[in-house]
Amino acid sequence: MAQTGRPLSPHLQVYKWQVQMVSSILHRATGIVLAVGSLLLVWGLAAVAAGPEAFATFTDCAGSPLGMIVLIGWTLAFFYHLANGIRHLVQDTGVGYSIPAFVRSSWLSIIVSIVLTVAVWAYVLAGGHA
Amino acid sequence: MSRDLRNPLARARGLGSAKEGVSHWMVQRVTGLGLVFLTVWFVVTVLGLMHSDYATARATLAKPWNAVLLAALLITTFRHAVLGLQVVIEDYVHTRWLEVASLVLIKFIAVLAALAGVLAVLRVALGS
Repeated sequence: MAQTGRPLSPHLQVYKWQVQMVSSILHRATGIVLAVGSLLLVWGLAAVAAGPEAFATFTDCAGSPLGMIVLIGWTLAFFYHLANGIRHLVQDTGVGYSIPAFVRSSWLSIIVSIVLTVAVWAYVLAGGHA
Repeated sequence: MSRDLRNPLARARGLGSAKEGVSHWMVQRVTGLGLVFLTVWFVVTVLGLMHSDYATARATLAKPWNAVLLAALLITTFRHAVLGLQVVIEDYVHTRWLEVASLVLIKFIAVLAALAGVLAVLRVALGS
């Protein structure tokens, strides 16, 4: 970090952990995960375009244990960023800034993302039959 | 006397880290809103294709509406991703040359990935 000699604001270690911090940090972290995941999406589409063999390689990788872990993590990151992104869009209209509402919506983003991830993977692992 | 006679809105529009005022902020929101719809559509489509064979998956992606929405998804995703990653890099990379190099690098990668993705969609949609 550049040594400017200016005073620094108090940093993470002096704050008690609160859900608002977690929801904010997670939004960035999941955003980075999704940016990397988008490259995998391009791989999948290129595999479809390239033909059955390339597509089989892609689906084999996706269906491998490591592939499944990546996909589940991707799903969770996606639903969190989606839920919290909608929360941010709502807050951009100027509502939901009281501390209780802010805490409540932070938890809502986290819980909704977990519930949707579990629902999607229950559907997938049940063989695509709801 | 150094009073600024411009109104606050004009000043906000002309300043900002990249001298673009609120456009970064606004494009991030508009692409985000678009992605709410596009990504949910995509997830539902992919779940519908679960366990289907290659020919079915390809035929689904080749439908004009799906191809158009997929191209929109790719372009919007990478636009949104660059804006988000840009802020993260600006916040945490404090070595100037590394910061600038990272900012350029993510733009190069995003443009190439978006073009590669759109080309794949076109190849499927046009059947070549």
